[in-house]
Amino acid sequence: MSNNKETFGKTVGFVFAVCIVCAALVSVSAVQLKPRQVANKLLDKQTLVLEAAGLQDKAAGNIVATYNKYVEARMIDLETGKFVEGNPDLFEERRNARDPKKSEKLANDPAGINRQANEAVIYLVHDDAGKVASIVLPIVGSGLWDLMYGYVGLEADLNTVKNVVYSDHKETPGLGAEVMNPKWKALWPGKRIYNGKGEPVVNLVKGGADANDVHGVDALSGATLTSNGVTRTLQFWFGEQGYKPFIAANRGSL
Amino acid sequence: MSSDAKKVLSSPIVDNNPIALQVLGICSALAVTSSMANALVMTLAVVMVTAFSNLFISTIRNHIPSSVRIIVQMAIIASLVIVVDQVLKAFSYQLSKELSVFVGLIITNCIVMGRAEAFAMKEKPMVSFLDGIGNGLGYGFILMLVAFFRELFGFGTIFGIEILPLVQNDGWYQANGLLVLPFSSFFIIGLIIWAIRQWKPEQVEKD
Repeated sequence: MSNNKETFGKTVGFVFAVCIVCAALVSVSAVQLKPRQVANKLLDKQTLVLEAAGLQDKAAGNIVATYNKYVEARMIDLETGKFVEGNPDLFEERRNARDPKKSEKLANDPAGINRQANEAVIYLVHDDAGKVASIVLPIVGSGLWDLMYGYVGLEADLNTVKNVVYSDHKETPGLGAEVMNPKWKALWPGKRIYNGKGEPVVNLVKGGADANDVHGVDALSGATLTSNGVTRTLQFWFGEQGYKPFIAANRGSL
Repeated sequence: MSSDAKKVLSSPIVDNNPIALQVLGICSALAVTSSMANALVMTLAVVMVTAFSNLFISTIRNHIPSSVRIIVQMAIIASLVIVVDQVLKAFSYQLSKELSVFVGLIITNCIVMGRAEAFAMKEKPMVSFLDGIGNGLGYGFILMLVAFFRELFGFGTIFGIEILPLVQNDGWYQANGLLVLPFSSFFIIGLIIWAIRQWKPEQVEKD
């Protein structure tokens, strides 16, 4: 090794040059690829919303066009259940739920989410005639390992389930991760969230739900804690702290 | 291609495998081998990163001050990993969601750093580039092998295609719950190392 490259000045200069080149490489790739990444994220969300609304077959690969044609995203205030102004495209549930100005710490927190955003985005799904055929509501709650994010699609009566679709979760593969299994998802259509008194009684039944039970769905075998998490998440989000005010205010008037 | 270049490219696959012989990069080999698709994408990512980090580091090897060489190597490797992560997010969103943090953790994969320090700092750029590809492939070979067993016996599928119909889908195969968990890779990697050393006894360390 020659000594002349080991001087203080040359070392600093070399490191600086390497940093400039690396920084340029990283920034160029980040900026160039950003539009594609944003589009991917949006496509992912739109696919899930369409699946929850039971439109994925109709979309047949043409997600964006189908979404734009049928789905209308609106913002609501969870406490009053009224529609509020706001751009649903800019709304980020996960960021808002951490922002003290836009969320509240829950005293009663059965779903284990700690903080809940004050507002939510819901998706009104229209039919060809332009009437609301179903709505899709985002949900989040603790499973066994971490928060599980998903969407619930409801029929226009705001009680009958169309689909329950989970998107992000970290449950055990083969056990809790069976929430993604199409066979389990196929148990959901037609189930009812509320009983006659308007209480959210939908739940997962350990050992298998009775065929006549309109509120019960088979629990996931070997995943009691994930199943309990799903039950609590649904009962929380369709209860007073969740979408119930919205559903009560809009039943029959959407 | 000269026989030297061929040797540099092929020897890391069995003779000098980074996982089986050098015992590097075990951590990510546990995490990303639950499905073959994940393992394949991870392999491609690691091949890209080791090849190009070797190439760049070797190109400037005569100018790197030895007092800061590790930091310079890290800066180059980290930049490449970020680029690979960005590309994955842009072109293969579903897979990047599943691989999540493990792409970023290629930075800490000892194979990349190990090859940069042990090979690229001494050899010419082209041969270092090939060494990077070879070691990436050697890593990927073990990854794919582990993923093959884990996916086949843990989920009954290969690349997501059903081979053994699972009981919960009205088939006959009761999935092996152990194999879906990351630590099961320890057993498989151990068995692979044993098999390779049976075949090539010269790899066995002397007591």
